[in-house]
Amino acid sequence: MSSSTSSTAAGAAPTGQEPPPPREPGRSSWLSFNVRQSGIYVAFALIVVLFAFLTKGALLQPQNISNIIVQNSYILILAIGMILIIIAGHIDLSVGSVVAVTGAIAAVLMVNYGVPWPLALVITLIAGGLIGAWQGFWIAYYGIPAFIVTLAGMLLFRALTLTVLGNQGIGPFPDAVRTLSNGFTDGYLGNIGLGPLGGADLFSLLLGLVAVAGMAASQWRSRKARQGYRQSVDPLPIFLLRIAAAAAVILAVVVQLARFKNLPWVLILLAVLVLGYSLLTSRAVFGRRIYAIGGNLQAALLSGIKVKSVVFWIFVNMGVLSALAGIIFAGRLNQAGPTAGNSFELDAIAAAFIGGAAVQGGVGKVVGAVTGGLIMGVINNGMSLVGAPSERVMLVKGAVLLAAVAFDVWTKRRAAAATR
Amino acid sequence: MTDDILRMRGITKTFPGVKALQDVNLSVRRGEIHAICGENGAGKSTLMKVLSGVYPHGSYEGEIFFEGDPCRFADIRDSEHRGIVIIHQELALCPQLSIAENIFLGNEQATRGLIDWNRTNHEAGELLSRVGLRENPVSLISDIGVGKQQLVEIAKALSKRVRLLILDEPTAALNDEDSAHLLDLLRGLRDEGITSVIISHKLNEVIDIADSITILRDGRTIERLDMVTDQVTEGRIISGMVGRALENRFPPHEPNIGEEALRIEDWTVHSPAQRGRVVVSNASLTLRKGEIVGLAGLMGAGRTELAMSVFGRTYGTDISGRIYKDGRQIEIRTVQDAIRHGIAYATEDRKRYGLNLIEDIKRNISAAALPKLARRGWVNDNEEHKVAEGFRESMNIKAPSVLSVTGKLSGGNQQKVVLSKWIFTDADVLILDEPTRGIDVGAKYEIYSIINRLADDGKAILVISSELPELLGLCDRIYALSAGRITGEVPREEATQEGLMQYMTKGQDEIR
Repeated sequence: MSSSTSSTAAGAAPTGQEPPPPREPGRSSWLSFNVRQSGIYVAFALIVVLFAFLTKGALLQPQNISNIIVQNSYILILAIGMILIIIAGHIDLSVGSVVAVTGAIAAVLMVNYGVPWPLALVITLIAGGLIGAWQGFWIAYYGIPAFIVTLAGMLLFRALTLTVLGNQGIGPFPDAVRTLSNGFTDGYLGNIGLGPLGGADLFSLLLGLVAVAGMAASQWRSRKARQGYRQSVDPLPIFLLRIAAAAAVILAVVVQLARFKNLPWVLILLAVLVLGYSLLTSRAVFGRRIYAIGGNLQAALLSGIKVKSVVFWIFVNMGVLSALAGIIFAGRLNQAGPTAGNSFELDAIAAAFIGGAAVQGGVGKVVGAVTGGLIMGVINNGMSLVGAPSERVMLVKGAVLLAAVAFDVWTKRRAAAATR
Repeated sequence: MTDDILRMRGITKTFPGVKALQDVNLSVRRGEIHAICGENGAGKSTLMKVLSGVYPHGSYEGEIFFEGDPCRFADIRDSEHRGIVIIHQELALCPQLSIAENIFLGNEQATRGLIDWNRTNHEAGELLSRVGLRENPVSLISDIGVGKQQLVEIAKALSKRVRLLILDEPTAALNDEDSAHLLDLLRGLRDEGITSVIISHKLNEVIDIADSITILRDGRTIERLDMVTDQVTEGRIISGMVGRALENRFPPHEPNIGEEALRIEDWTVHSPAQRGRVVVSNASLTLRKGEIVGLAGLMGAGRTELAMSVFGRTYGTDISGRIYKDGRQIEIRTVQDAIRHGIAYATEDRKRYGLNLIEDIKRNISAAALPKLARRGWVNDNEEHKVAEGFRESMNIKAPSVLSVTGKLSGGNQQKVVLSKWIFTDADVLILDEPTRGIDVGAKYEIYSIINRLADDGKAILVISSELPELLGLCDRIYALSAGRITGEVPREEATQEGLMQYMTKGQDEIR
């Protein structure tokens, strides 16, 4: 029963020594640690391989890759906002309705009132922020659980959408907005031959190379800085291998896209958002507060963290991102409809949890949530390619969500048992 | 051989890093009221949890005999089935349910799955009259006072055909009148043949009601006293409770005491839960630079409440009084204010209030002073790592790296992380609430050394502790708190455990 750590303690002379801390037992714990951290990426790779196989390669065709990105862009944007909220230990059920109402606002401004699109876009984003502030106020400052506030918001903002739109959609949107949602970068530099792969857009390829170079350089700099502080870093071969693997994936996607129609604008937008929010969560004081609040609310309060303000602002942020998703979704359909965004909240929440967020909060990563969203996107896309009926797609998505969270609970329980 | 209803023999219970109970024996005679006395942390509650099956058979060593039969309880239901009922200090009642519903919670009076409300309320009424509570069984628990709630708990125990009733600090939250009524009730139950075990800090009550006493200290049985044959007095119990010799458990320390750092005057705090209840009453105390000041008090005396109300009003309502820092009056309305004024509070409950257990050492240490490591809102990760690494070395935090998750550390190392966090805020007044709770002897010595070092750096330190020897060994001056009032202030040279204990139990009755 008693663990070995306690046997030396009692009775021994107070020498100022304490039994050694529970050691992280060598290899096995290192492995399981890595599984918990990177399990989601491995799962994603396996799912991609599986569907590439089932669809006889159709999944990885240039046009299909482009489709997956464009069709899921708004869910991925929502997932980025959602993961912050879930890390803080809250939830937002209203994002689907907020997508609808902000799409409607954008449509009314651009189509009915002829407001220039950049101005309309800014106004819509501000409207999203105000919606988030409204909900954030009730949650953070009034103390109503987010579940209730956003459930009410789900109804309120759907009702508002229907009030604005009636039973019909408003469209069409200006070209610029549609390009943002659906369009591709121009072939600014012309095409280049890639031998057996045929022609590809040089600009896209260069952008891909720049991204890879930037990624590698920043990783290298951070590694050097860590070494400068005498921190341990991965062995060089492993480091290089990881960079090479990431570079290969990025370049493979870019090459495929360059062979099709160049880079979707939403991909560039998404890349910027993922980068920005990853930095925010890992490096910014604000982002780190979110983890502290979700990890132990009481400890955060007693550490002088302004919990209310942080919670308020993550909901404002969610509102802005919902508005962005609302514009993109409306632009993609070329009209704002009364049923837009139905059940998007569920997809965004599922993406966050598949991506490794913990139900109790305090854990999660932006990249994880986006990967979770992509997993669902690939399942959707792959299954429809093989002609599976939609109810079966739903079934598989449900099973994947349950399995992902069950896996999370299981690893945590095992970790807890190991420390007993 | 005497007629023992309960015998516990050689009970040893170990938590990771700590032996909570060591070879404890307890025997209770049939039909008596038996008191268990001991300081906080002596192992009383742990022993009762072993008995009632909260810690199931197999998680401890030793044997339990109830009415002569060996018992191996797997959970509370098991022990209740045998007629052992425990009433915890924090009452286990559902405030939004009626008295009758609470009495029969888990034991609903039902016919074929449907609750028979007439029977429920009728029988609840009979039980209430047995415990002398004149309330309608359909009243909600939230509408009656704590004293009456306590009686409901006892009625609930009676409904389970209790044979051995265990009460953990039953009168801690009660006023005199309610306490007296409760004790009378226990006597009445004794006459009906129900045996009671009562855990209490109120020694006058113990003397008043108990037929015999078992004294625990540091997880061991010290003695069993019979009230009649042993001529027990309060002094006798106190010396049993505290009577260990001060060994070489404290690092030597030459204090270098400077000017006043923090002064609190006329501090009064009211309970947020019970309207009008005064938790801290007109307390005044002074901390000086380089001085380690102790705050002694029994459970419920208001020690933590005093500290937390000072630390950014994190406890209490209707707080009044003045705080002076370095001679200037200051206003502290939030935790941020407190930190800005250089005041730190390390909580008594590390796991619930002190640490983010799923986060690593590094991020816990930086949690309260993150802006120090940031420029324009961006954290310098490497600088943070360096700071944490520095604390790991200087505080001797035993962990593979600062990236280790704090939830996996031992109590002593967790406490060092908490202390590091507050030291990193550049606090010059540190309030340490039970800094060595749940930590084994060796690590305690380290914590004491750290506290000494902080004092040597000129910081003013207030140590709240339930362990009198700890206060005597560590502090330069000790305040005693009883029922929310400062009842004594003793310099190190004059302090004794017996003397402090008298202050700590002083005037509880007059004040109420």
